[in-house]
Amino acid sequence: MSLIAFWGAVELGLVYAFVAVGVFLAFRVLDFPDLTVDGSFPLGAAVTAVLIIAGVNPWLAACVAMVAGAVAGIVTAMLNVRFKILNLLASILTMIALFSVNLRVMGKPNVALINADTMLSPFYGLGLRDFYVRPLFIGVLVLIAVVVVWRFLESDAGLAMRATGANARMARAQGVDTNRQIYLGMAISNALVAFGGALFAQTNGFADVTSGVGTIVVGLAAVIIGETLLGARGILIALIGCVLGSILYRIAIQLALSTDMLGLQASDLNFVTAALVTFALILPRLRRGGAA
Amino acid sequence: MISVQNIQVVFGKGTPLQKQALNGVSLTIEQGSFVTVIGSNGAGKSTLLGVLAGDVLPSAGQVTIGKTDVTRKGTAARAGLVARVFQDPLTGSCGALSIEENLALAAKRGEARGLTAALGPKRREHFRERIAELNLGLENRMGDRMDLLSGGQRQAVSLVMATLAGSEVLLLDEHTAALDPGMAEFVMNLTQKIVSERKLTTMMVTHSMRQALDYGHRTIMLHGGEIVLDVAGDSRKELQVEDLIAMFRRIRGQTLDDDALLIG
Repeated sequence: MSLIAFWGAVELGLVYAFVAVGVFLAFRVLDFPDLTVDGSFPLGAAVTAVLIIAGVNPWLAACVAMVAGAVAGIVTAMLNVRFKILNLLASILTMIALFSVNLRVMGKPNVALINADTMLSPFYGLGLRDFYVRPLFIGVLVLIAVVVVWRFLESDAGLAMRATGANARMARAQGVDTNRQIYLGMAISNALVAFGGALFAQTNGFADVTSGVGTIVVGLAAVIIGETLLGARGILIALIGCVLGSILYRIAIQLALSTDMLGLQASDLNFVTAALVTFALILPRLRRGGAA
Repeated sequence: MISVQNIQVVFGKGTPLQKQALNGVSLTIEQGSFVTVIGSNGAGKSTLLGVLAGDVLPSAGQVTIGKTDVTRKGTAARAGLVARVFQDPLTGSCGALSIEENLALAAKRGEARGLTAALGPKRREHFRERIAELNLGLENRMGDRMDLLSGGQRQAVSLVMATLAGSEVLLLDEHTAALDPGMAEFVMNLTQKIVSERKLTTMMVTHSMRQALDYGHRTIMLHGGEIVLDVAGDSRKELQVEDLIAMFRRIRGQTLDDDALLIG
C-alpha cells in the first residue's frame, strides 16, 4: 500500500467516523436499529453539493446538510413513535423515500464539485501536501464532534437519552419523556451522518445518489470493531472506538484490495465488507472460549 | 396526600377477555401515612399502584396526588410527584449505567434536564454519602455497572434513588418479593427507616400478610377490584395474620384457597 493510499484510507475512515458515531447513538445508546443512514448520508452529500454549486458558503452548506439529516431522522422517529411502525421498518421506509428525495435535490444522479470552493480550500497550498491536509482537517472536526457528543452523553440530558435506550420503563418513572428522547436522538444521529455525507462530497468532489448503499454496514462495522478492540469501558472509550474502528476498517479494506496475492478487485468490496463485519462479530465469541 | 375517587379500570374492553380490574375504588391517604395493601392475584393491587404511578389511566374517576389532579397525566408527566420502587430489581434501575449514573438520573426526577455534567464533584460526594449510609460497601463501587449488583443491593440503591428528589408519595410494588429472606428483611428495615425519617406518604403493595401488618399505619385488602378491608389504629394492632384470613373469609363468604396469601 502506497503512502497516498494509506492516508486516503485514513481520510475516508475519518469521514465515516461521523457515520460511526451516529450509528452508535442510534444502535447502542437508543437501541434503535436505524437504516435511515443509507439515505441521510447521500442526502447530506446532495444538499451540500447543490448549495455549493449555487454559490453558498461550504460551511453553511454543511450546516444545512446537517439540518436535512436531522429532519430525516425525525421522520423515522415519528413513524415509529407516533404511528407505532416497527423501528427497523420505519427506518427502511424513510431510507427508500430518501432515494427519490436525493434525486430531486440534485436533479440528476451525480453532481460534480470540481473547482468549487470547499471547506478545505483555504487549507490547501499552506505548505502541507494535500493528502495530509485532508485527514488532518477532518481529524480536527472528528475530535470536536467526539468531545461534544461525549460531554452531551455524560450530561443530565444525555443520561436521560441513555436511560431511554437501556430501560425505557425506568426512564419514564424518572420523569423522562422517552418519546421525545427518541426524536432527539434520531435527529442528532442522522445530522452527524449527513455531515459525514457533506464532508464526503467536499473531499471527493462529487455527490452521488448511490453513495449511500451500505452506509449502515460500514457504520456498524466501525462500532463493532471499536467495541471488539477497546471493550465496554464508558462513553468516551466507546466513541474513540467508533473513530478507531472506522479508520481501521478502511485500512483493512485498502489492504485487502491492494494485496495482489489475494487477487481481489474493487467490485469485491461488498463481500470483503460483509466478511470483515462477520469476523468482528464472531471474534468476541471466539475469545470467550471457542464454544460459540 | 393521595386521593383516588370512584376509580374504574377495565382491561380488554369489548373483548371476551374483558376484566374489571378496579371497580369504584375510593381511598384517601393522609400526608405522612404509611399504607400497606394486600390481596390475592388479580385482586387489583398492582392496578391500583399503576393508577397512582400513571402506568394505568382509569376510564372513570379522579386521582389527586398532593394538590395536583393527575388523572390524565402519564407516568413521565407525574414523576415529580411519585417516587417508586419496582418488584423486579432489573426494572427499577438501569443495568447498563453505573451506580452513580443511576443516582444522577434519579436525583433529577421530574425536573428539567440540562447540559450540566451529570456527575460533578459535589453531586458525586453527595451520592457517595447517601450510599455509604446503606453499610453495604457500595460507596467504593460507585463507578460499577448496576447489573453487577445483587438483587438486594439493587433494591437498596433503588430506595436511595427514590428519595434523592422530593416527592409527594412513595410507591413500593412488592419490592422485596424477588429477594432472599435475609435480604428482604434488610430492605424492609431500610424502607422503615427511610419512610419514618423522611415522613413519606407511602403505599406498599405486598404479597405477605405478615409484612402488611408489621409495617405502616394502615392496611387495605383488595378483592375483585374492590376494597374489602380497611383497618388502622388499635383494631389493626390487635390483628393477627389468622384474623386477617378469617376476616377475609367472612367478608367474601368463600374459602381462601390461595396459598400465596398464607405464606409469610
